[in-house]
Amino acid sequence: MSIRLSIRHIEPPNKVMKEQRIERGTPSVGDLRKRPRPREAAIQSFLFLCGFLSIFITFGIIYELGKESLLFFGQTQWSSTNKPLAAAISADQTVIEVGTQGTPLQEGTLYRIEEEIVFLESTDGEMITVQRGVEGSQAALHSEGLTLQAALQPDLVEFFTGTEWAPHNGKFGILPLLTATLIVSGIAIVVAVPLGMATAVYLSEYATQRARNTLKPILEILAGVPTVVYGFFALTFMTPLLRSILGAEVVGIYNMASAGIVIGILILPFVSTVSEDALNAVPRSLREAAYGLGATRLETAVRVIVPAAFSGIAAAIILAASRAIGETMIVAIASGAGPNFTFNPFEAAETMTGHIVRISGGDLSFNSVDYNSIFAVGLMLFIMTLVLNIFSQRIVRRFREIYE
Amino acid sequence: MTVQRRRRDFVENEQQLAGRHTRGRIWLSIFQISTLIGVIILMVLLLTIINNSIGYSAVQDEVDPESLAVGGVPLEELPKETLVQILRENVSAGLFARFEHDQPVAERSAAEIYDLIQEYVISPEVIESWSLFDSLIRRDEILAIMQSQYPQAELQFISWLNWDFVRSQQSSHPEIAGVRTAIFGSLWTISITILFALPVGVAAAVYLQEYAQDTFINRIIQTNINNLAGVPSIIYGILGLAIFVRAFGYFTSGIYFGAADPSTANGRTILSAGLTLGVLVLPLIIINAQEAIKAVPNSLREASLALGGTRWETVWNHVLPNSLPGILTGSILAVSRALGETAPLVVIGASTFIQVDPQGPFSKFTTLPSQIYQWTVRPQGVFHNVAAAASLVLLVLLLALNASAILLRNRYSRRL
Repeated sequence: MSIRLSIRHIEPPNKVMKEQRIERGTPSVGDLRKRPRPREAAIQSFLFLCGFLSIFITFGIIYELGKESLLFFGQTQWSSTNKPLAAAISADQTVIEVGTQGTPLQEGTLYRIEEEIVFLESTDGEMITVQRGVEGSQAALHSEGLTLQAALQPDLVEFFTGTEWAPHNGKFGILPLLTATLIVSGIAIVVAVPLGMATAVYLSEYATQRARNTLKPILEILAGVPTVVYGFFALTFMTPLLRSILGAEVVGIYNMASAGIVIGILILPFVSTVSEDALNAVPRSLREAAYGLGATRLETAVRVIVPAAFSGIAAAIILAASRAIGETMIVAIASGAGPNFTFNPFEAAETMTGHIVRISGGDLSFNSVDYNSIFAVGLMLFIMTLVLNIFSQRIVRRFREIYE
Repeated sequence: MTVQRRRRDFVENEQQLAGRHTRGRIWLSIFQISTLIGVIILMVLLLTIINNSIGYSAVQDEVDPESLAVGGVPLEELPKETLVQILRENVSAGLFARFEHDQPVAERSAAEIYDLIQEYVISPEVIESWSLFDSLIRRDEILAIMQSQYPQAELQFISWLNWDFVRSQQSSHPEIAGVRTAIFGSLWTISITILFALPVGVAAAVYLQEYAQDTFINRIIQTNINNLAGVPSIIYGILGLAIFVRAFGYFTSGIYFGAADPSTANGRTILSAGLTLGVLVLPLIIINAQEAIKAVPNSLREASLALGGTRWETVWNHVLPNSLPGILTGSILAVSRALGETAPLVVIGASTFIQVDPQGPFSKFTTLPSQIYQWTVRPQGVFHNVAAAASLVLLVLLLALNASAILLRNRYSRRL
């Protein structure tokens, strides 16, 4: 070993390979040019393509999510106004009498009666004047009691500010899904970060080698348990536990708190392992310097080592948050079905991921508004996690302390 | 003066020091407790699953088997002809015709007829089930409930995880539902995932470690792979739904290969599921394989190149064989992730109720995790017991995979 080290001339392989000119066989004298090697070139191209496939995957994700989301925002949806026709109408009648019930009609918008689309020109009490058979639809006979449906176009402002999500009824506000996602991941972070950090500090600064060797695999098992099993755990253990502590009238059968706590348990090993790696990367000299100045073990760990490993720990926490946001099965099982705009963690509410699973769980037909809506929600989710991931990489690069 | 101050400082210091050490001890116990919480949670998780998979059940028969006994001879000991007679009398003509259609009754053995009578005539049904914990602690209460509420029913101590459970098919009756279809579905899906993701992933890793120069495009590829590893799995499910199920449905449904009936087939098949999971684990396999290749010392490459090996010969004969244990370990971990993955499969599979074992890549599928999900979300409590038993099967499978990864790592982890 030592002999080899002394004679070894270390150079990066690429450079070595670029410089190698020795060919196999016996080259004829005078012809020392590099020969074309079709097989090598073909192999290299194939390997490059395999690497490049990842770019295709990314583009595939962005293209599909973007395309279907655009369809979602470009489509007209119909929602019932509950306003019935007061009498049967013929195909060429333009002044129509409607009932008093239902939501008031808006002048200058499109309505639908059965398959026919009409344009509302003016209203006068219960009498309305319409343009029949617009937008390529056929004017037709309609019987008494049929209700008018209002045209609805999902737009970005409503998407981000609306507090109701029911795409097939023309309610396109993503806020209920978003707040549920944020509450659940917030609870998860509150559970996972203190526990994970404490575990990381204990394992890296206090634990003996033997304790570490037993504890780390156990934490890794925790990370390897399938999320659907965690979902089962949330539903059959965590929820009953919360209900028995806080009272069954406070905590629902399905609630965000138990899903959040169990997601916290799921990302706990993630926080602790990555943070521990960051703590271990802090050089010994810093510890020794702190001890030399009379610091106790706790002071060394909390005031010297943790700040020195800040970038790694911050990255770990952000990545854990991104994982919590994207976690699906636990919320799908334990946090309830149906969007609900609430800030009470003990109520049931559907997160973005839970919504996607529930909607696609039935036999979803392509080109329905539900099908397009899962892509809009998915795009939102993708952007959120991507931003968090990029942010964490930035932090690592920006605040990395380099020790030589 | 100075001496006094020094003494005062010293005393304060002493007191401070004691306080600092006390704080240190308090925090140490906080750290220890936090670490222990992780271990405790794991135990509680396992106990919850075991707790739900074993326990007392109130089983009620639709027809009392003793009323079927002919001439005082118990049902088990009756000859086949009598059993067939009993079966014919107690099920509808249509159902009997279906049995005849599946396999002529004349060809069936007495034991098989007895099983049919058990399932369709006696039809034992679990009315209520208790967890293992309740069964042990509250036995008297359970007996009291049995007497007051279910006087007809029989109390049985059931382990939901048993050989029949592993062997039998999915069913809408929790008592006889099993995971065979789901296990086969999982194995088929995982095979396709491995066939797709392992070669492509290792090739990409070889390219990035051994060939790629530090150019713009290669940096983009590397960053992109790191980012893909952080994309939530459900996004891959949506991608699979849009691309494999819908856009390439003609191929993934098997219509193109003549393997499926064009009028009924759609792209929600094992092939789509396997490819989706393949795309999902690809970044993980690439990153793990890169680490393994990085660990091969440069001296090996240089020696091969110096002897006149080309770059590919160096990779094929030296780099890959030396990094193989690392690559396999990483890949097994990635595959075990795919095996436990549920969300993308629910999205692309539309979670259908499937009772037939998969016949090939173009079959409709259910997998073990999707099956657990299906059972967990059912309102009937008895299905929770079945879900717990299926969870145990899944955990055992995953444990076997992970153990093989660790064995592999220990066996070949001689340092180069």
